[in-house]
Amino acid sequence: MSRYFTAKTKMADALTVNYNIFLLLPRLGIKLGFGDRSIDEVCHSNGVATSFVVILLNIYTFSDYVPEASSLSDDDVTQMLEYLVASHRYYVNERMPHIERHLDHVASQAGERYAAALKTFFSGYCDDVVAHFTYEEQTIFPLIERRKAGGHISRSVVSHMSSTHDSAVDKLSDLMQILFKYLPSEGLAEELNELAFTIMQLSSDLNKHVVIEDNLLIPYLLGKEAERQ
Amino acid sequence: MKPLVSVLIVEQSDIIIEGLKSMLQDAGEFNILAPLHDVQSLVERVMAQKPDIIIVNPQLLGMAAQATVEQLRRSRPGIAVVAISTTLLPSAVLASFPSCIGLYDTQNSVVAMLRQMADGGEEENDNGSYELSERETEVLVLLAQGLSSKLIADKLNISVHTVNTHRKNITSKTGIRSIAGLTVYATLHNLI
Repeated sequence: MSRYFTAKTKMADALTVNYNIFLLLPRLGIKLGFGDRSIDEVCHSNGVATSFVVILLNIYTFSDYVPEASSLSDDDVTQMLEYLVASHRYYVNERMPHIERHLDHVASQAGERYAAALKTFFSGYCDDVVAHFTYEEQTIFPLIERRKAGGHISRSVVSHMSSTHDSAVDKLSDLMQILFKYLPSEGLAEELNELAFTIMQLSSDLNKHVVIEDNLLIPYLLGKEAERQ
Repeated sequence: MKPLVSVLIVEQSDIIIEGLKSMLQDAGEFNILAPLHDVQSLVERVMAQKPDIIIVNPQLLGMAAQATVEQLRRSRPGIAVVAISTTLLPSAVLASFPSCIGLYDTQNSVVAMLRQMADGGEEENDNGSYELSERETEVLVLLAQGLSSKLIADKLNISVHTVNTHRKNITSKTGIRSIAGLTVYATLHNLI
């Protein structure tokens, strides 16, 4: 039997296996208090597409889980786009300002020179990420919605979408390297640890976000285009 | 932490795909991309998902094996294209691939082979030291000032290839990949 979650898995059990799922529920519009109901029942009562949620929870929980892009329905894709946009909001409006405040504080204690360099670096990173999200939301996602009505998406557009993921992932990992290895930590150990944990949390969340786009959305789009031709 | 090696499997048989997947998943160091059953959108997928390794059944490529392998290498330099052989193949076809997985290979030997293929593209840094050499420091400072590899090559009178080798070593020693990150590193070390 598969150890992955299915529509019949109890939502509460999934949360016990992976408490990070708590972070996903608000982005899906799912409220807590689901008692012993299954993922399918919880999704139904919240008006969310079950099959996408099952894939999502598996991606976030099992590192060896490989999603099947070909099994996605149009409803799943609509749900996925809503989820991706909600995640973008969460990263940009909540996580990044939180890290920025924290980083400002730590950096300013480490000295003016460091503070300026780190501030420039992090705001450059945020600009990159926001530009990427904006491109997806304003250019890619509307194309995907239009595809349902018979429009098509060129392969080059799809390839371009993924090409900006690497640089964003690299920069966040660079930030961690700098904090761990190169920032003088006298008197800052606790704050640095806390900051590092916050960044790692965002980093692992974003890595899963990239998996959804690169390993689910893009194969889905390429598959649909191949079918059309 | 070492990044996962991403693997794209191109094979018609689900039994073989699932077999490979489970062998590699157990190893925990591979990210297995959604597999392809034919080669129609292979190049686009490679461009979009940038796998480190492709495992492909040469039968799907037919006579175009060599041309396809070369095309894949051009679209993604450093990629390793490995064959999975499910039948007897002409040696001319197999010669297009640096390595070949056989149906009776053990899990250990398949994982070891792919691990080696994944490391193949990396040039080892000279002596395992984490200190930047004088030359690497020079390159780092120029990178941090925003110069391209080409300009750095001209300025230091070395080839672009050598600059790129220095860049690789800088990244493996500092753990930092982006230019912006290297700029912070240079600042923190009072190099600029």
